[in-house]
Amino acid sequence: MKYNNRNIQTWSTIGSRATFGLSCLDLIEKNRNLLVLSSDVSTSAGLDRFRKSWPKNYVEIGISEQNMIGVAAGLSSEGFQVITTTFSPFQTLRCLEQIKVNLGYMKNKVCFVGLASGVVLGSLGYTHCSIEDIAVLRSIPNITILSPADSTEVTKCLPAALKHKNSVYIRLTGGSKNPVVYKKNYEFKIGKSIVLKKGKNLTLFATGTMVSKALKASIILKKFKIDSEVINIHTIKPIDEKQIIKSAKKSRLFVSLEEHNIIGGLGTSISEVISGIKNKPSLLRLGLKDSYDHSGEYDFILKKNGLDVKSIANKIKTFYKSK
Amino acid sequence: MDNIEIKKFANRVRKNILFGAYSAGSHSAHIGGAMSVVDVLSAVYCLANFDSSLIGKPNRDRIILSKGHACLALYGCLIEKGVIKRSDLKNFETSKSYLFGHPVMNKKKGIEFSTGSLGMGLSLGVGVAIAARINNQNYKTYVIQGDGECNEGSVWEAAMIANQKKLNNLTVLIDRNNFQQTGTSDEILNLNNLKDKWNSFGWETQEIDGHNLDEIRQALKFDNSNRPKAIIANTIKGKGLKIAENNNNWHHTVLTEKDYEKAVSDLDEI
Repeated sequence: MKYNNRNIQTWSTIGSRATFGLSCLDLIEKNRNLLVLSSDVSTSAGLDRFRKSWPKNYVEIGISEQNMIGVAAGLSSEGFQVITTTFSPFQTLRCLEQIKVNLGYMKNKVCFVGLASGVVLGSLGYTHCSIEDIAVLRSIPNITILSPADSTEVTKCLPAALKHKNSVYIRLTGGSKNPVVYKKNYEFKIGKSIVLKKGKNLTLFATGTMVSKALKASIILKKFKIDSEVINIHTIKPIDEKQIIKSAKKSRLFVSLEEHNIIGGLGTSISEVISGIKNKPSLLRLGLKDSYDHSGEYDFILKKNGLDVKSIANKIKTFYKSK
Repeated sequence: MDNIEIKKFANRVRKNILFGAYSAGSHSAHIGGAMSVVDVLSAVYCLANFDSSLIGKPNRDRIILSKGHACLALYGCLIEKGVIKRSDLKNFETSKSYLFGHPVMNKKKGIEFSTGSLGMGLSLGVGVAIAARINNQNYKTYVIQGDGECNEGSVWEAAMIANQKKLNNLTVLIDRNNFQQTGTSDEILNLNNLKDKWNSFGWETQEIDGHNLDEIRQALKFDNSNRPKAIIANTIKGKGLKIAENNNNWHHTVLTEKDYEKAVSDLDEI
């Protein structure tokens, strides 16, 4: 992939799903051992061109996600590099035991990509939202969880996942017009978080779409003389303990931000790390409420959960002042 | 290998199963479903392109025991094929062993996948069979399922895709012993006409006596279709252990020393 301004803008405009499709097209050019499996979602996953251009490398499985993970594991055991994809709820919870047994327990290596995770499809109802995926997958051994901050990071996650030693879940969040976090090429390494902005008063740890919001919130906070550090946690598991512990040494206040249930995701992961250290910082966990209360448009749900930039900044300001 | 030899092979496998079950002691072992599948599984191991020298080789036929609770039948066959040692069964189901109550993937020991969670083996088999086609390899894939296992919806997902991809290098064998854990198949979840079901899913389907080696051989040999092949093998749960035959109390239980010795001596007479 070429990381020029034009491409980065295009990926942002088309969003993480279509960028995933483009990234598969790029990968197959260099790697004919790659197979992409889909549960009848080629158009939703930006894979239409891939399906038509590389019919031998595209395996249509039909709407049978449990079967898809099994077939993927079988192909992987025979030496293929395998990517599977469908909408996040069906790519994770529907076939969770197949993920546990085939990928976690047996360690057959598959990269499985959850489309439209979080609440971007809120207007379709919570059947099509995925606020639980990180929490449930985190408890399965031998599964790495990636949560790219923008479309550009999607293009970084895929090749890294294929080279990674075990199975990787890539959680795609956001819609089209996905805000740009990375304006140019950068180094991406699974498990190594990225400090996007330095600051001395508090540390914002964010993942997925919330990275862009964290950066925007930090600008508002600056006006209130709160100097925040912003860190992109693109790898939820294994979490970058080294960075979290390093941050804990200089920052007394932590904030976690995620488009995921407040239970079991990034905030929980960070709290697990800091629970074992002396003089632990206070942690404000921001995320989606543990609720299926009300479906609606993406922005509506985010706002209702206090995950719009203004609400985020306000909550952090209150938290800062209370300490 | 002729049928008399396969019959002797199967008889030794039955003794291996009993030895494993006896070794498990109070841990208990799945005995009924292991004994019912022996003749079918023995025939597959004897007639497929499989022996100890082929372990890890790309041209070996892939044999996947999806009904993983019948693991003692699998271990019994692998012992007879010289892949694992009979003495390893002494530690069956203990922390000292690599042979557990459901198979744990161990390619060097001929165990292709970890199975036991029902309804997953056929999807793996589909993946392995598609891989053969893409790689232009001639190996065949055999998946052995239970009839109770056909309760699982994922079995039918895999059945549909195997037909869709016209996987004529894939064979599923169903150990139709008519029992599952807590009762007969008819009582628990009636499978009705299993042959019609597989046939309607697009599979080349045959129904045979799963203890008749002529019929098993004939069914395995049949290779005149561009469709995947399903063999419904009608069997007797516990076959070869007289007190266990068609007695579902032997699904998962303890084999005492007295019953073990009697059973082995009965098998010696065959």
